[in-house]
Amino acid sequence: MLEVRNLSKTFGGVKAVQDVSFTVRGGTIHAVIGPNGAGKTTLFNLITGIYTPTSGEILFEDAPAGGESPDRLARRGMSRTFQNLQVCMNMSAIENVMVGAHLRLGTSLLAGLFRLPGLAKADAECRDEAARLMEFVGVGRYRDAHASQMSYGALKRLEIARALAAKPKLLLLDEPAAGLNHTETAEIEALIRKVADSGVTVVLVEHDMKLVMNLSDHILVLDYGRKLAEGSAAEIRENPDVIAAYLGASA
Amino acid sequence: MTMKPTTRGFLFLAFVLAVLPLALPNGYYYDLAIRMAINASIAVGLNLLIGYTGQISLGHAGFFGIGAYASAILTSRYGLPSGLALIIGAVATAVLAFAVARPILKLKGHYLAMATLGLGIILSMVIINETELTGGPDGMPVDAFSLFGMQIVGEQAWYVVVALILLLVTRAALNLIDAPAGRALQAIHGAEIAARVAGVDTTSFKVRVFVLSAVVASVMGSITAHYVGFLTPGVAGFFHSIELVTMVVLGGMASVFGSILGAVVLTLLPQLLSAFEGWETVVFGLILMLTMIFLPRGILPTLRLKFAGRAA
Repeated sequence: MLEVRNLSKTFGGVKAVQDVSFTVRGGTIHAVIGPNGAGKTTLFNLITGIYTPTSGEILFEDAPAGGESPDRLARRGMSRTFQNLQVCMNMSAIENVMVGAHLRLGTSLLAGLFRLPGLAKADAECRDEAARLMEFVGVGRYRDAHASQMSYGALKRLEIARALAAKPKLLLLDEPAAGLNHTETAEIEALIRKVADSGVTVVLVEHDMKLVMNLSDHILVLDYGRKLAEGSAAEIRENPDVIAAYLGASA
Repeated sequence: MTMKPTTRGFLFLAFVLAVLPLALPNGYYYDLAIRMAINASIAVGLNLLIGYTGQISLGHAGFFGIGAYASAILTSRYGLPSGLALIIGAVATAVLAFAVARPILKLKGHYLAMATLGLGIILSMVIINETELTGGPDGMPVDAFSLFGMQIVGEQAWYVVVALILLLVTRAALNLIDAPAGRALQAIHGAEIAARVAGVDTTSFKVRVFVLSAVVASVMGSITAHYVGFLTPGVAGFFHSIELVTMVVLGGMASVFGSILGAVVLTLLPQLLSAFEGWETVVFGLILMLTMIFLPRGILPTLRLKFAGRAA
């Protein structure tokens, strides 16, 4: 599904990501963990086309994807959420989700200006679908709300609903549980499981180890921009390098 | 079935435009109403760019000028039919706007403001300096607008024309913001990076809405040229651009009806303030300042929030 080969990104003299390689198999949940500043979000930004790699390759479904623009990657079936919420506060909740379905609707300006036949019908279907997705992620009661009226936890779910509206093959979640309490984290965990079960391949960056260990088929550990370790949850838990990076090396 | 608020607003606008002539005692008031409708149409178009998509333009009077002078020059110097001249002006505006939009709209915030400001000034300078064609600072007369052999003469006929145009522009804008393309525009304003990740080609949308708003300004420029019958380069100038932006901001960003209200207020105020003899500009500025301090989101959205808050 996704293959990253010797990927590097430098900002000036800072090597944010250095020579990272890994593979995400379709239908799995893949986690990227590491201390703050390890390069996790940079890695996400490289994969989703927000940054252009300094060197290395990214293959999405066996085709090159490195340096391609986010909207083209979206067209190819990639979607994501953001660590810092990127919700449109100038729109209603359901419209935010409908933006996610952008690529499946007629987006001609002229068709919009004159409400050409077909558009209204497709748009109504899109609204119903968005309402279903809001229900699916657990924010159904905000159906008629404005985005600015929603709580932080609800907005995180709304972002997931928007990402799902694109019907992605690969979904990247950047810290889905950040800022959430225990109950909310458990709910997000169940939601990610549901999403994965529906056939979407998930890659997530997360600090909550319980969630990561419960969900992940495969874990990649980054430290100072480099790959520190890779393996199943059990392997990572026992890995001395990982323990050292998280707890401080026992010198 | 309950009516959408925008539909109610649109019907209210249509009603007001229909009964307004009954309340207009003479040509002076008709003239005022016509100018309001022209400004309102431009402001609604400009609001799609500024209020909805979040991209500033301080050069739209330049596009207004292209339309106005294309109509004036092509009809009076080359004898083209006025309808055709209007279309040529609109196409020329579209081509120019499209050509400059891509590099310009890569800029953000203050830099975009500067670039559009520069564009407007260049267009204005061209109009002032091409004396052979435009008459330069002295201006030039414009023939009456005629369509299928019928001339539009007199305030009443013009009122009908501009009222219909305003209704058309308003309906189209309301349609657009409720359509997928309109949501993409608003998403660019709300969270551009999220819009891109959702598959919105943000550059293409910015360019298209820039061209759209420029064409609306151009067409209204043509209309104004024929209506007023005389053109001076001021119509393409910096102050006119600022005036248009002020209508959008004052009435309410991302509010179609707010733009109409902003245009009405800004067209009316100078007339009402003429009593202040020489101080009207000062009072005008003061009113604008106070409005933005006490109604920071613009007149209509602030009032709407206030009333919604009380109702809840």
